Amino acid sequence: MLRMLRFAAAALVAFAVPFVAAKDREVSIGLQAAITSIDPHYHNLSPNNSLLLNIYEPLINRDPDGRLVPALAVSWKAIDDLTWEFRLRRGVKFHDGSPFTAEDVVATYKRVPNVPNSPSSMATFVKPIVETKVVDPYTIVFKTAAPHVLLPSDLASVYIIPKAVAETATTADFNSGKAAIGTGPYKFAEYVPNSRVVMRANYGYWGGEEPWDKITWKILSNTAARVAALLSGDVQMIETVPTSDIAKLSSDKNFRLADKVSNRVIYVHLHQWSDKPPPGVTGKDGKPLDKNPFRDARVRKALSIAINRDAIAQRIMEGKSVPAAQLLADQFFGTSKKLRPAKYDPEGAKKLLAEAGYPNGFALTIYGPNNRYINDEKIAQAIAQFYSRIGIDAKVETLPASVYFTKATQGEFGYMLLGWGTESNEQGSSLRSLLATQDLSKGMGVTNRAHYSNPALDKEIVEAMATMDDRKREGIIQHGAEIAMNDTALIPIHFEVSTWATAKGYKYTPRTDQYTLARDLKPIK
Amino acid sequence: MLAFTIRRLGQSVFVLVVMAFLVFLGVYAIGDPVELLVNPQADALERARATAALGLDRPFFEQFATFLAGAFRGDLGRSFVYNVPAIQLILEKLPATLELAMAATVIGIVLGIPLGLIAGLRPNSVLGRGIMAGSILGFSLPTFWVGLVLIMLFSVKLGWLQQNNRGDTVLLLGVPVSFLTADGLAHLAMPAFNLALFKLSLLIRMTRAGTREALLQDYVKFARAKGLSSRRVIGVHVLKNILIPIVTVIGLELGSVIAFAVVTESIFAWPGTGKLLIDSINQLDRPVIVAYLLVIVTIFIAINFVVDIVYSLLDPRVRLGQAAGAH
Repeated sequence: MLRMLRFAAAALVAFAVPFVAAKDREVSIGLQAAITSIDPHYHNLSPNNSLLLNIYEPLINRDPDGRLVPALAVSWKAIDDLTWEFRLRRGVKFHDGSPFTAEDVVATYKRVPNVPNSPSSMATFVKPIVETKVVDPYTIVFKTAAPHVLLPSDLASVYIIPKAVAETATTADFNSGKAAIGTGPYKFAEYVPNSRVVMRANYGYWGGEEPWDKITWKILSNTAARVAALLSGDVQMIETVPTSDIAKLSSDKNFRLADKVSNRVIYVHLHQWSDKPPPGVTGKDGKPLDKNPFRDARVRKALSIAINRDAIAQRIMEGKSVPAAQLLADQFFGTSKKLRPAKYDPEGAKKLLAEAGYPNGFALTIYGPNNRYINDEKIAQAIAQFYSRIGIDAKVETLPASVYFTKATQGEFGYMLLGWGTESNEQGSSLRSLLATQDLSKGMGVTNRAHYSNPALDKEIVEAMATMDDRKREGIIQHGAEIAMNDTALIPIHFEVSTWATAKGYKYTPRTDQYTLARDLKPIK
Repeated sequence: MLAFTIRRLGQSVFVLVVMAFLVFLGVYAIGDPVELLVNPQADALERARATAALGLDRPFFEQFATFLAGAFRGDLGRSFVYNVPAIQLILEKLPATLELAMAATVIGIVLGIPLGLIAGLRPNSVLGRGIMAGSILGFSLPTFWVGLVLIMLFSVKLGWLQQNNRGDTVLLLGVPVSFLTADGLAHLAMPAFNLALFKLSLLIRMTRAGTREALLQDYVKFARAKGLSSRRVIGVHVLKNILIPIVTVIGLELGSVIAFAVVTESIFAWPGTGKLLIDSINQLDRPVIVAYLLVIVTIFIAINFVVDIVYSLLDPRVRLGQAAGAH
């Protein structure tokens, strides 16, 4: 019997293959979330957009700070309020060897709204274009029906594929690799759903040579497993380092952390659908209130200044968040320099509540997701504790994202913790989505789950959207942000800081858009 | 026999339809998949388009009827997320899960029965007590924790084993398997052991209890008195007699391991059906959830069906026609 045991143990050891260091020009990267397709127009989902940007390219790219930089277009300008001219890069070849011209752009934009069964299409980005004119193979002119200032930013999300592919390929053709042809620095090699994606260098890349011959992207959704993969050398870089491991990794000289404030704000929406008290808000005795306290700006402000944002950033986020005063961090377009994060002031909050007619506070349920944002559940619990200090009986109810967001949209929560990533990196679009008076047909307040409404703010948003001049527009957006934030239209908590960890010998340039791109990973001596 | 088979098939189909209905209703009640699938920045038009593309704009019963009609033709619908047939997605992942479950079962048997025998034969020795203490740990330590400790030890500290994904595969009778390659085994060892731990502890305890009971039986005393070697007494007289309940448990556990390897699969990023199921639930990918449960229920029904048939073959006193009524 013991002999059998010994044999089993020996067999286990014999088959165990010692870890072999990755070859110099090969690298493995651990990703947090699975991608759903190799088709760049199938699903408008951050993990897809991030990974596929290694294979395909848009006309305009974003640099690590979120600024627009030339990619397949070398320059672009608005000729008048309704006309945009793009000049395209010459001498670019697709992975199959065919040259890139304006016809490929036309065919790509034609395909985008027509991908069958797409769960979230890219149509929003090309819809403003009502007419396309190819002036010559390297000049293309777009007409829009109304002034559309965000067109360059929108087109940065649409990746160009060859005309022949755009006209025939199905999503399945992309997943098999047959149609996965772009102009990017890496070529598609293999895709195993929910498991890994392999890419190889595109040696003729127009942007110059990349440091890697082969990249293996591994999907490691479990945070502990992702960190372990880095520690064991199975991958050389991971994205989204769990906050609990940040202290350990930053003190270990075999690893290097990179972080950058992201364009995602964590905020609280306060249900203002009607004068009736919102769900989860009652008197302390459990009896319903006679009106909706969230419609009173003093109550909203009290709930904001009662939160100690610095404590949340230091204790819960391990320093990996930046207290927020508006919807984007200071360095982004359209943010007001006059707005500062609300100072922690429990006494002031109590006074404001008393003025509003709630000297003894009320009872409140804080709703939040528990698997969507970094430390979302802990943040909700911390807020509840801060509120108990100003006399509000707060309890916390968190739900998985699959349940939470449907209910939030249906107005089933009064006090709801949410997050928002501003893809355009311009505060005008987040004000429009989150705080404009809801009018779905006009695209106003699409994600205004609070049903907040402020005509003064709406006016600024509409005006900003029609102002082509960047400087003028920025001024209008800043003014709009001041109107919204001085009214505490929502309660901004903090901006998430995205983190990456690399093994010794590798360096990653962190990005605001939370994308993980191979071209930003470099070897160092 | 024929009547029994037909009746049994009818019952099985009924079970499948009821289960599909409950899952449908459950997912419908949880939330709206479009809320998770559509980019938050999308406008109302885009939401409406996506809802229509996924067939979610129609009334609940119409959606269910469409699904049933498709299911009887063998079409379980397309994944909302991946836009491929749900059944294809599952069948692609099933070999990995089956391999993991089989490997765990083999580890459980190969280690569990001998260790249980040792503990049963020498209950008061240090070794026997040690094995029993170990089995208590195997029962009570949570799988995810043991998995992480294994990773820290064998992968991070020692660097012997690989902790995520499946290794290289080769085709065996048309099915991709990884246990025939060295790289595959290095990937398989830890998740399989992690999954086997509970089963292993269970088998140790069952074998030990059975052994201790059998040792007191007259036929063992008699065998010893006859002067048989102790190897023969244990190997033939003891082991054979205690094996029947153990085999039953191994069979039962195999089904549950296939269906519930979720925790192990997500810690070791094992590309199996358990991980697929969890991801699908998180994304409300209803066609995949329904198809997965249908496949699993079908496997369970098939196992039970075979067991009933085998019963009647082994024991002529069991008449299937009557037995079916009791089931």
